Amino acid sequence: MAGHLSYDDQKKLVFKGLMLLGAITIVEVIIALLAKGHLIHGVDFKHGFGHYLYMALMIGFSLYKAYFIIFYFMHMAYEVRGLMLSVLLPTSLLVWAIIAFFQEGGAWGARREQIKEMNEAPASNQSSGKPTGYVVPAGGWISRS
Amino acid sequence: MAESSVSHSHDAHGHTDDTKLWDGGAEPMKASYGKLMMWYFLLSDAFTFAGFLIAYGALRFSMPTWPEPDFVFASFPFVHAHWPLIFVTFMTFVLIFSSVTMVRAVQEGHRENQRGVVFWMLLTVIGGATFLGCQAYEWTTLIVKENMSVSRNPFGRHIADGVYLNADGSESATFKKNDSYLLHIHDGKVEGLAYNNADGHSVNHEGTALRYTSGPNAGRTAEAEFGPKAFGALFFFITGFHGFHVFSGVLFLTIIMLNAAGGLYAARRNGYEMVEKIGLYWHFVDLVWVFVFLVFYLL
Repeated sequence: MAGHLSYDDQKKLVFKGLMLLGAITIVEVIIALLAKGHLIHGVDFKHGFGHYLYMALMIGFSLYKAYFIIFYFMHMAYEVRGLMLSVLLPTSLLVWAIIAFFQEGGAWGARREQIKEMNEAPASNQSSGKPTGYVVPAGGWISRS
Repeated sequence: MAESSVSHSHDAHGHTDDTKLWDGGAEPMKASYGKLMMWYFLLSDAFTFAGFLIAYGALRFSMPTWPEPDFVFASFPFVHAHWPLIFVTFMTFVLIFSSVTMVRAVQEGHRENQRGVVFWMLLTVIGGATFLGCQAYEWTTLIVKENMSVSRNPFGRHIADGVYLNADGSESATFKKNDSYLLHIHDGKVEGLAYNNADGHSVNHEGTALRYTSGPNAGRTAEAEFGPKAFGALFFFITGFHGFHVFSGVLFLTIIMLNAAGGLYAARRNGYEMVEKIGLYWHFVDLVWVFVFLVFYLL
C-alpha cells in the first residue's frame, strides 16, 4: 500500500512518474530516429557496434520503464517481500526462453539454404531404404479382421 | 463445494474461522485474496505476451530479411509525408497519461473520495478509448491503404544492391542492400512499388522489375517479392491481443466507475479496493505496451 507516503508526496510521485516515463519515451524515439538515419543526413547506427549499442540502450530504457511501472504505479515497492518475489522470480524463466528460442530461430535462418537444397533434392535421396526408429507391424498399423 | 458449505454453517468442530479465511480475512502476504490473484493472473498473462514476443524474435532471426519498422509505421492522420514512428509515440503517450490518471483514481480511493475516484477513472476510460481509436487508424491504414493482411506482407527489403528497371528495360533509380520497398497492390495484382529516396521522400515506381548488382545474383534480373508473411500475422495477432486487453480494460473500468459513482464501494469501506485491482490490470496493459513498442517499433 502507499500508506507510507503522505497524500502530497503521493501526488508528487505521480507527477514524477509522468515526467520520467514521458522523458524516457521521447529520448527513446529521438535515439531511434537518429540510429535509423532520419535525423542527421548520412549518420546512422544500423551496423556493427553502433547497432548493438543502440539495441542495448533501447532494451535498458524499456526495462527501466517496466521497473518504474511495476514498483511505483503498481505499488510493488510497498508490498511484502514474499509477494514481490513470488511474482517477479518466475519471470526469470523467460531468460532461458529468450536464449533458447532466439538460438533456434538463428539456426533455422542460417540453415535456410541447406533446408532448401534438401527439399529440392531428388525424391530417391529423401526416402532411401526403410524408415528407421520404429518397426512397422506385419499387416500395417491398423489390424484388419 | 462441500467444504465451503461446511465452513459457512459453523460446524460442530468449531471451525468458525474458516469463513474469515476464505473471505480473505487472513492475508498470507498482507494482500487481499482478490489483489493477490490479480497479481498471479497478470504473471500468467505476462508469460502469454512474452511467448508471443519471443516467437516474433525467433521468426525474425530465421528470416533473411525483415521489414523496417520506421518504413512500415510512418503514417500520421491528415499528413501525407512520412513521419516515422511519430504516431506510435503519440499512442504511447496516451497510454502513459491514462496510467497516471489511474494512479490518481487509486489514491483518491484510499482517501474514500468518491468524486475523485469517478473523475480520474473517467479520464482513464477516455484515455483507453483514445488508444483504441488510434489503433483502429493504424490497422485501417495497413489493411486498406497498404494491403497488409495476416497472410500477406507487401513490405520487403532488398537482399543485395541493385537497380530498378523501367518497363522498356532501361535502368531507373539504384537501391542498396536492406533498402525497404512497399509493393502496390491493385485488384489483387502487384502493379508497382514505392520506396524512399535519399531525401526520405516516397517515390512510386511502375512494375517490380529490378537487376541486382552485388551478391550471388549480381547481373540477374528479378522481381521485387513480398516480405516475410509472418510479419503481418505477428503484427495483427500481437497488437490485436494487446488491443483486446485494452478493450476489456475499458469495459471493466467503465463498470467499476459506474459502481463507484453509485456508492457501492463507498459502502464497503475498504479504500476502494476494486479500483486498486482494476488499476493493477490497467498498469499491466501499459507495461505490455512498453515491450510491444520496443519489439515492434524500436528494434
